[in-house]
Amino acid sequence: MSMTERHKKLERNITLLAVAALVTVAIGGIVEIVPLFWIDNTVEKVEGMRPYSPLEQAGRDIYIREGCYACHSQMIRPFRDEVERYGHYSLSAESMYDHPFQWGSKRTGPDLARVGGRYSDQWHVQHLKNPQSVVPQSVMPQYGFLADTDLDTNYIDEKLVALQRVGVPYTSKDIADALIDLKAQADPNADASDLLKRYPKAQHRDFDGNPNRLTEMDALVAYLQMLGTLVDVNAPAAQEQLASEHEPKGERK
Amino acid sequence: MANRRIDEPTGTETVGHEWDGIEELNTPLPRWWLLTFYACIVFAIGYVVAYPAIPLLHGATPGLLGWSSRGDLAQELAHERHHREGVYAALARVPIERLPEDDARMRMAVAGGRAAFKVNCVQCHGAGAAGSEGFPNLNDDDWLWGGDLKTIEYTITHGVRVPGAAGTRMSQMPAFGRDGLLTDTQIGQLASHVLSLSGKEADDPAGAKLFADNCAVCHGPAGRGNRQLGAPNLTDAVWLYGRSRDEIVRQITEGRNGEMPAWAGRLDPVTIKMLAAYVHSLGGGEDFVEPAPASTTAPAAGAAANAAP
Repeated sequence: MSMTERHKKLERNITLLAVAALVTVAIGGIVEIVPLFWIDNTVEKVEGMRPYSPLEQAGRDIYIREGCYACHSQMIRPFRDEVERYGHYSLSAESMYDHPFQWGSKRTGPDLARVGGRYSDQWHVQHLKNPQSVVPQSVMPQYGFLADTDLDTNYIDEKLVALQRVGVPYTSKDIADALIDLKAQADPNADASDLLKRYPKAQHRDFDGNPNRLTEMDALVAYLQMLGTLVDVNAPAAQEQLASEHEPKGERK
Repeated sequence: MANRRIDEPTGTETVGHEWDGIEELNTPLPRWWLLTFYACIVFAIGYVVAYPAIPLLHGATPGLLGWSSRGDLAQELAHERHHREGVYAALARVPIERLPEDDARMRMAVAGGRAAFKVNCVQCHGAGAAGSEGFPNLNDDDWLWGGDLKTIEYTITHGVRVPGAAGTRMSQMPAFGRDGLLTDTQIGQLASHVLSLSGKEADDPAGAKLFADNCAVCHGPAGRGNRQLGAPNLTDAVWLYGRSRDEIVRQITEGRNGEMPAWAGRLDPVTIKMLAAYVHSLGGGEDFVEPAPASTTAPAAGAAANAAP
């Protein structure tokens, strides 16, 4: 049977055509996607990554609820203009516990991947209440109501359980103590040593300038202040690891 | 194939199918199209060989060029660093207070500082460095912590009230109202005295007494401020949190304390030096005076207050 005859068979059998088209398209997808599950540099091995603390996670949920991702990305690409403005390019390891990740695809506002520690809490609060008071040309909406809304802490342990089910390594103690951890992190008078042991580099203070209330502003500012601060990208070990990754492997010979 | 034939009007072969008398011409693809198509295939093979492409067990094939986007960036940054090296080395050698001795060097520092300011400082201090409520204006000659080159460099390096940082600028304006140190009436009297310092209201003797007891340790008996504590001068027209009576009452009540990040860990010393030069050049820069940083008024009470905030 000639090639054309076989092709004729494919053209005239709709089921066969559909199956063949699916197989052809799938090969493209498989070649591009599947190797990411096993090759080494999909997620870099870096030190310092940990799951979000309950307060940070609550802030993250507010970030998503308010649609911050529509205008702010969290992905510094390895280009000079981005690196000089926002800091070291993002590592995939830095969003390994993000469900869903907040890389975004559009920047009406600046990238926030390394915004943590760049500004004071006071600046964040003032900026969220009235962005134009600190950046007159800003088009960001006002989020003053966050400071007047008590943080809903009802389902915080369930949230951690849900994240645990998709692979975030929360321990059973993390989940049992979720509410205690959450309240301790935003209360400057609480003992946070246990929290800090399980969530290294967590920042422990009142974030919204009102120590008497636990508001959504506390959670959101706590989240913003930790963004990009976990992995010390300038540490010698991290630099070595990154350097070995973009070293041309072909030169081994 | 059956019924293949040359179609007479066009001179082209048919594909050989026939449906109710309708036939299809087997027109060959245009030559330019075919050549482009083959060229694309050749290019793709070359690309796979030259660039990272085929995933293997531990990573993709690296390609003959050894290219990676991160390597590309590292190279570009190194190239840029190389360009700046001369200027950076020159600036690194000179202690900041001696920068102005050489005009060209100072100009370079100010230019570099202007660029770094736009990236790191404008969010709080504003694009024109005019500040906003709670964030100081850097264009005027009213300095909280001092306005000579060395003092500005220190402030940028160590920040202001950075939690847990050694060497950071530290002082605390108490929340007289919120913490119940003064009553509302007393705060009103105090506000009157503060306004009287710049001639905006008649003095209130009770307020003056309260000022001497509560405020003079930091702001000075005449309210002229104290740069060692970052205590603002209250006799001039420059107000960090607003000049109205309401704003002053609010500040005495809540005692807001501004913070500035310590840039030592984020920026290299030369960039900080350039930033200091730029801020100094904005209009209010003061001359450096040996040996102590410019602290025009440093009463003994100031040091005591620092120990017990």
